[in-house]
Amino acid sequence: MNGTERRLWNWDYTWEVLPELVKAFLKLTLGITAAAAVVAIVLGLLFALGRRADASWISWPTYWVVEFIRSTPIPIQLFFVYFGLPVVGVQLSALVTGIAVLGVHYAAYMSEVYRAGIDAIPKGQWEACTALSLSPRRTWIGVILPQVVRRILPSTGNQIIALFKETPFLIVIGVAEMVTVANQFGGQNYRYIEPITVAGLIFLLASYPTSVLMRRLETRLAR
Amino acid sequence: MPAEESAATGEPMIRFEDVVKRFGPKTVLDGMNFSIAPGERVTLIGPSGSGKTTILRLLMTLERVSGGVIWVDGEPLTHERKGSKLEPASEKYLRKARQRIGMVFQQFNLFPNMTVIENVMEAPVSVLGLSKDDARARGTELLDKVGMVDFVDAHPTRLSGGQQQRVAIARALAMEPDILLLDEVTSALDPELVVDVLGVLREIAETTDITMLIVTHEMHFARDVSHRVMMFDQGVIIEDGPPSKIFNDPDNERTRTFLKAVLEER
Repeated sequence: MNGTERRLWNWDYTWEVLPELVKAFLKLTLGITAAAAVVAIVLGLLFALGRRADASWISWPTYWVVEFIRSTPIPIQLFFVYFGLPVVGVQLSALVTGIAVLGVHYAAYMSEVYRAGIDAIPKGQWEACTALSLSPRRTWIGVILPQVVRRILPSTGNQIIALFKETPFLIVIGVAEMVTVANQFGGQNYRYIEPITVAGLIFLLASYPTSVLMRRLETRLAR
Repeated sequence: MPAEESAATGEPMIRFEDVVKRFGPKTVLDGMNFSIAPGERVTLIGPSGSGKTTILRLLMTLERVSGGVIWVDGEPLTHERKGSKLEPASEKYLRKARQRIGMVFQQFNLFPNMTVIENVMEAPVSVLGLSKDDARARGTELLDKVGMVDFVDAHPTRLSGGQQQRVAIARALAMEPDILLLDEVTSALDPELVVDVLGVLREIAETTDITMLIVTHEMHFARDVSHRVMMFDQGVIIEDGPPSKIFNDPDNERTRTFLKAVLEER
């Protein structure tokens, strides 16, 4: 790119950054989102069940851990895990740190989604399980959770979209996801407008149709 | 009191011994005592809030007693034996003890994530350990008995209330319980569907020897199928006898006014 010209928008530059951004998007942004979503979905259920536990030595700590995670910002958590934990001998790569922090953070949100879903199951379903002498395990796995999953599918989708849009925070620990790559282009060429705009558009193109899909799913399931 | 106890050869099937149930400050049952013989079908009647449904829920172990002991076939249900003493039953003990008891609910409570046959097969497979084939055979037979065999693969949400309730009856029977509790099973149904459900229950009453406890406002049904009627008022049994006596010539004035009110309502 010849940097002498100060146009509002440089198409040559745009075509130069686009493939690199798409590559970073597909390789890292989506991968991180998927991995963190799995962590959030699994750990979120454990948090939700932990808070419901009869034993207060399980439910209390779970409550406080969830509240703590929800009440502190993601960048702080990233810094803390990436730069703080090595002091006590735990050294995670930037990528693993990013997935873990986003996953655990959204697990805290997902635990609320699960909680609402579980609370929405009519009392009669639990009573029918008791009347049939089903074990607690079978009650949860065979009867309650399948109904919870169906109910929370749309809100889970929305949580994953939100999580997806938080991946740019990983720039603070240098994970080469899309926005980090866009920022590097900007720094090298002294032009930020094209890479950042393109990155924003890629986010929009990915999340808007997904949220429309989720809304459709919501109306379909509500029927 | 009841002459029916002589029908029992040994232990009564159900025995309430000084059973107390409180919900917060409210005492629903205050020292309840009665026995039910094996195979006996007993209808509990009385105004709402008189404790009838609580009796069923205590038997199904959906609620815990506040005092007293419930016995099923000579064994404690609410308590477990520790040496010569009785201690409140653990969750583990209850899980085993309640297997002899089945319940059909006012709101059916079928599992919407399962098909009709899966609803009926669930407990025989996961609790009794039947093979899927055996459970399916048993389930199909029962669904045939309740007139729902054409709907084995249907989802409960697609069925009418009366159809759902008939599946719920088959589901309860699939556990081959000794005691079947029927809690206002027709109260949530449209009038034209009530007949089908009552017909199914009549047939079960005639063809099996399951001990039944029935809470209902269907007085004709109660008169036809039950050996015995117990009239409840404010947590106390105020009258107990064969349906011919209770319905035609009750001793208690409250029974008389209650029956009059119920029958006029129809």
